[in-house]
Amino acid sequence: MPDIVTVTDLRKTFDGGFEALKGVTLNIREGEVLALLGPNGAGKTTLISAVCGLTSITSGTITVGGHDVVRDFRESRRLIGLVPQEITLEPFEKVLNAVRFSRGLFGRPANDAYLEKLLKQLSLWDKKDGPTKELSGGMKRRVLIAKALAHEPRVLFLDEPTAGVDVELRKEMWDVVRELKEDGVTIILTTHYIEEAEEIADRVGVIAKGELLLVEEKDALMARMGKKELKIELQDPCEAIPPSLASYELERSADGFNLTYTYDTKGERTGITALLNDMAKSGLVLKDIQTSQSSLEEIFVDLVRSET
Amino acid sequence: MNYRAIYAIYRFEMMRFFRTLAQSVISPVLSTSLYFIVFGAAIGSRIQEVDGVSYGAFIVPGLIMLSLLTQSLTNAAFGIYFPKFIGTIYEVLSAPIGHFEIVIGYVGAAATKSMVIGLIILATAFAFVDLKIEHPFWMIAFLVLTCLSFALFGFIIGIWAKSFDQLNLVPMLVVTPLVFLGGSFYSISMLPEFWQKVTLFNPVVYLVSGFRWSFFGHADVGVGISLAMIVVFLIVCLLVIGWIFRTGYRLKT
Ligand SMILES: Nc1ncnc2c1ncn2[C@@H]1O[C@H](COP(=O)(O)OP(=O)(O)OP(=O)(O)O)[C@@H](O)[C@H]1O
Ligand SMILES: [Mg+2]
Repeated sequence: MPDIVTVTDLRKTFDGGFEALKGVTLNIREGEVLALLGPNGAGKTTLISAVCGLTSITSGTITVGGHDVVRDFRESRRLIGLVPQEITLEPFEKVLNAVRFSRGLFGRPANDAYLEKLLKQLSLWDKKDGPTKELSGGMKRRVLIAKALAHEPRVLFLDEPTAGVDVELRKEMWDVVRELKEDGVTIILTTHYIEEAEEIADRVGVIAKGELLLVEEKDALMARMGKKELKIELQDPCEAIPPSLASYELERSADGFNLTYTYDTKGERTGITALLNDMAKSGLVLKDIQTSQSSLEEIFVDLVRSET
Repeated sequence: MNYRAIYAIYRFEMMRFFRTLAQSVISPVLSTSLYFIVFGAAIGSRIQEVDGVSYGAFIVPGLIMLSLLTQSLTNAAFGIYFPKFIGTIYEVLSAPIGHFEIVIGYVGAAATKSMVIGLIILATAFAFVDLKIEHPFWMIAFLVLTCLSFALFGFIIGIWAKSFDQLNLVPMLVVTPLVFLGGSFYSISMLPEFWQKVTLFNPVVYLVSGFRWSFFGHADVGVGISLAMIVVFLIVCLLVIGWIFRTGYRLKT
């Protein structure tokens, strides 16, 4: 499938001389959910702002649906919906009117049937006649999503959709994202929560200090970067790791009851069989073993740390 | 041209106006009524006719101008400053609309509001004084041009302002004095010769003068010059706004 958003060598230098984006190149496929992960100040919001026309571009090009976002901004922006990081709503405006305004602003003819469906999907229908200031934070966030979707965009940017949202609402938000994906909307979301990327993204991009460190299929990323750990619990504590096991680089817990073996799932041989054999030979008695895969979070922390 | 977007902005702004209709209308009507009572009836009865018109009638165009200017200015300034202040401006800036459309939407709504208020004040004036309008067409033309150009000016202030204080600064510090010194309540021919010359640098003189001409058929300054000055002012505002959007001044980071 063709790329719906292309970002080529994008640079952004703010007036003060601060370079927030240092040559970002990114292609987003139609219909995918892309999670942009990065620490505070990485440049996530700046990147989104550049695509949506809220920030001027220092150099580089961006296209959406094949339209240059600067030269053909009318065509490109019609395809984009944006949910900003900060909750910003006209406090006295009624929900339905706010959503109608957004639709009109993007040049679409009135279609109250669609807006009704949208507000129902976001569980906002019974609030439609109330002013936005009377809504809870989570509801306000959903009003922003409704506004962003009011003109039926093909690409939706969600800038930290679940920041400051409780667990239940976060799950709800994920369901919304999945439904939108089923409707064929391409979704780009930024987040600090790795579990969010793990949960809903097809691909993950990691951005730090204005540079895109990598973009990869989530599964491939986890498999490639993923190391597995084998935790071994012993019947009796061992004082020291026997020299015969030195080559396995085991980690011994302070009390001597646990040994941890780290191995690469992609390696030819994991070495587990040999380890267990050697352990038995050295006289260690196992009580229990368990394996665990390192999470995206650890991968992420590793990546950002190694770059900086 | 994205007409739907212009309409959306216009409608949204007008809805805000209608939500606060009572306070939008009551305060200017009340203050003008007070002017009429104080200047027109109480003081005016002791003042001889000015340029062949009773003083009460003479001040009507100036009073309407005073409200028109402050209303178009503050309405337009607030209209664009508020979304900037609370952050909702992001939506307008990321929409598929050109700058010109944004300006038409906001400035059009602000000008409409002040026009409505101007007409209500005019109606109030009829309740207090005997009035007749010699050139109704030109009266409306001056009304529209003034509302438009000062709404444009207000739009610029709204974009420039970084705080509510700054937002109030220009109307308070510049416009009110200019209007009071602009011949709203007197004919500039009443001033000493030197001050008559100085006054000609005050743009409001031309507005009031032209507007007064449309009521009474004569004025301090020739109506052609008045008209030309308003148009020049309008064009200057348009140029500044063009520059603002081209450079993204105080709008884009
Ligand atoms: N208007 C501005 N002027 C100058 N520097 C800015 C401006 N906006 C952002 N920056 C800087 O650019 C960098 C990237 O900011 P950005 O908002 O894109 O980060 P982010 O990845 O969205 O962070 P967060 O996760 O905290 O939202 C930051 O160092 C920030 O200080
Ligand atoms: Mg951000």
